[in-house]
Amino acid sequence: MAIFLTADSKVIVQGMTGSEGMKHTQRMLRSGTAVVGGVNPRKAGTDVEFEGGVSVPVFGTVAEAMERTGADVSVAFVPAAFTKAAAVEAIDAGIPLLVVITEGVAVKDTAEFYNYAAEKGGTRIIGPNCPGLISPGAANAGIIPADISGPGRIGLVSKSGTLTYQMMYELRDFGFSSAVGIGGDPVIGTTHIDCLEAFENDPDTDAIVMIGEIGGDAEERAAAYIKEHVTKPVVGYVAGFTAPEGKTMGHAGAIVSGSSGTAQAKKEALEAAGVKVGKTPSETAQLMREIMESRSS
Amino acid sequence: MDLFEYQARDMFEKHGVPVLAGAVATTPEEAKEAAERIGTASGGVTVVKAQVKTGGRGKAGGVKVAKTADEAFEHASAILGMDIKGHTVHRVMIAQGARIAEEYYFSILLDRANRTYLAMCSKEGGMEIEQLAVERPEALARIAVDPNVGIDDAKAREIVEAAGFDADTAAKIEPVLTTLWTVYREEDATLVEVNPLVKTEDGEIVALDGKVSLDANAGFRHPDHEALEDSGETDPLEAAAKEKDLNYVKLDGSVGIIGNGAGLVMSTLDVVAYAGEVFGGQKPANFLDIGGGASAEVMANGLHIILSDPQVKSVFVNVFGGITACDAVANGIVGALDALGDEEDRALVVRLDGNNVEEGRRILAERNHPRVIIEETMDGAARKAAELASQN
Repeated sequence: MAIFLTADSKVIVQGMTGSEGMKHTQRMLRSGTAVVGGVNPRKAGTDVEFEGGVSVPVFGTVAEAMERTGADVSVAFVPAAFTKAAAVEAIDAGIPLLVVITEGVAVKDTAEFYNYAAEKGGTRIIGPNCPGLISPGAANAGIIPADISGPGRIGLVSKSGTLTYQMMYELRDFGFSSAVGIGGDPVIGTTHIDCLEAFENDPDTDAIVMIGEIGGDAEERAAAYIKEHVTKPVVGYVAGFTAPEGKTMGHAGAIVSGSSGTAQAKKEALEAAGVKVGKTPSETAQLMREIMESRSS
Repeated sequence: MDLFEYQARDMFEKHGVPVLAGAVATTPEEAKEAAERIGTASGGVTVVKAQVKTGGRGKAGGVKVAKTADEAFEHASAILGMDIKGHTVHRVMIAQGARIAEEYYFSILLDRANRTYLAMCSKEGGMEIEQLAVERPEALARIAVDPNVGIDDAKAREIVEAAGFDADTAAKIEPVLTTLWTVYREEDATLVEVNPLVKTEDGEIVALDGKVSLDANAGFRHPDHEALEDSGETDPLEAAAKEKDLNYVKLDGSVGIIGNGAGLVMSTLDVVAYAGEVFGGQKPANFLDIGGGASAEVMANGLHIILSDPQVKSVFVNVFGGITACDAVANGIVGALDALGDEEDRALVVRLDGNNVEEGRRILAERNHPRVIIEETMDGAARKAAELASQN
C-alpha cells in the first residue's frame, strides 16, 4: 500500500503532447506507471508513441479519457495561464486525484479552482508548483525521478521538490512508501496535514519525514495536528533559517513577513509537538535512520 | 509586488473607489506645484506624505500637514531623503487635506490557512492593525470570502454588520467595499488594505491611505503592472539576474550560492551559515535558484552573476540532479570559468548528486580546473566553501 497513488492507479496526462508533458510521460512510463491516456482537444484521436513500443491515446477531454480508460489520476503539465481551465475540467469530470505540476500559477486561479473542487467534492488536488508524488515500485505521478529510491516504509511530505529528492537519496537504503511534494505556493490543494493523516492511516508506513520551509503557518498547524493525531514517529526539517524578512526565496509562498513564517518559529512548534527536527538535511536523515534502525532491531 | 501609496491611490481611482486628489513629487519644487493645484479644493491645505514601503512613517516625521504651497515645499524638502526604517524617501505624495470625522479599517487578503480570502473590518481605524488585533480582537471583524463569490452586496452587508456600523454609515460603506473587491479581483491582488478608511465631516466615505500587493504570477494578465515596479530600489545584481530569468536574491555574506530548486537553495544558505560560524562568521552572499532542468547556459549565466559580486570570496555550487542533469551543470561550470579566464581567482566548491552524476564529475575531473574543488556531501562542501571564503 501507499498513500493517494498505488500500483492500481491509472494515470492520464493533461498537456501530454507538450515538451514537458512528453518528457515526463516517458519517465512515468519507464518507471512502470500505467499512463493510459493524454488530453489535448486539438490532437484527440491520435496516438503518441513512446519508447519500447508503448502507444498512448490522446483524448479530447478529461471526461472522455476517464470514460474510455478508467483513469483515476490526472497529471497536469499545462502552461500557467491555462491551468485553471484544465483543473476545472478535471474537477468537472470527477477525477479522484489531480496533480498540478505547473509553476507560476496565479494565486487567484489556484484559490478559485481549489475552492471549486472543495465545494464539488470528489477531487483531491496536489500542487500546483510541485513535483507530484511517487509510491516507489508502484506508480509515479509527476516529475520525481523514480531511480532515487525504491520502496520502503518511510513516508515523506515536502513543500520542496529538490529537498524531496535529497531526502529520498539520503534514505534510499530504507526506501519509501510514498513521497509527496505538495508545493511551495501560498495556496496548495493538499497540505502537510492531509499527508500526515494519510500516512498515519497507511499500514505500510512506519515513520514520517516532514519537510517545510519559511512562509505561512502550515508547519505550525501540522505540529498541532501531530500532537493530537499522529502516533507514528515524525522527523522534521525546515529550510530558510537565514532567509531575510520581506524577500521571496524562490517559492511564491516562501517569505518571512514580520515575525510570522520564520523557520525558528516552525522548528519550535514542531519540537513542542514531539517532532525531532534536524538542522540540515543530512542531520534530519540521520534522525530518521536512528528511528528506522531501532524499529528493525 | 507591493505598491507605493500613490500607486494604490491611482489604482483605487481607476476602479471607482472614492479617494482624494493626490500627486507624486520627487523634488520640493514639484511638491509646491502640486500643492498649488491640489490645495485649491481644500482651502490651500495639503498633506505631504513620504512614499516608503514600510509602516510607522507618521511617527518618523514622514507625514506633515501644509497650510500653504510654500509650507508643502518646506515639508517636502525635509521629508525627501529622510531615512525611515532603512528606506530612503525618494518621493512624496501631495494629498488634498481632509476634514476627518471618523477613521475605520478595511482589508482583503489571502487566507493561506483556509485557502480562501479574508475580509477584515473595524470601526477603529488609523492605528496599526496588528496592535488592534492583539489588544482588542473583538473590535476587528474577520469574515471569510469565497474566492468564487467575492464581496457581493450580501457579503458587504455581512462585513459591516459584523464590524458594528450604524445603519447610515453601513449603507455608505457597503458600495466602497464591493468596489475594493473589484480592485482585488481585477488586479490580481493578494492584499488590498485601506487604513484609514474615513468618514469626512460631510459624511463622505474616502479611502485615505491604501496598501496593495500584486501577484507577480498574474503578470501575464496585467501588462500594465510592470510599469509599477520600482526599479530604483532593485539591487543592480538582482536586476541583471532578472534579465536572465534567474531567481536571485542578494544577501550580505561572502559565500556565493548557486543551486537547483528553491528549497534546496534555502537549505544550502542555512548549511553554509552553520558551517561559517566556525570560520569567523562567513555567511551566504546570495540566493540563486537555477530551477529544474537547467542547461549549461543557465548555469554559466548564474555563475557570472555571482562572480560579479565583489563581496563574494568563494562559491558553492550545490546541485541535486532530479530533472537537472549533472553533466549539463558541469559543462556550464567549465564554460563559465573558461570564459572568465585567469583573472578570476575565487574558488568554486562543487557538490553534485543525482541524475548523470558520474558524467558530471568526470567532466569536472577531466577539465581539472585549478579553482574547482569537488566535494561529496552538502555539509562537507559548505564547510570547504566557508573555509575558503575566510581565507580570501
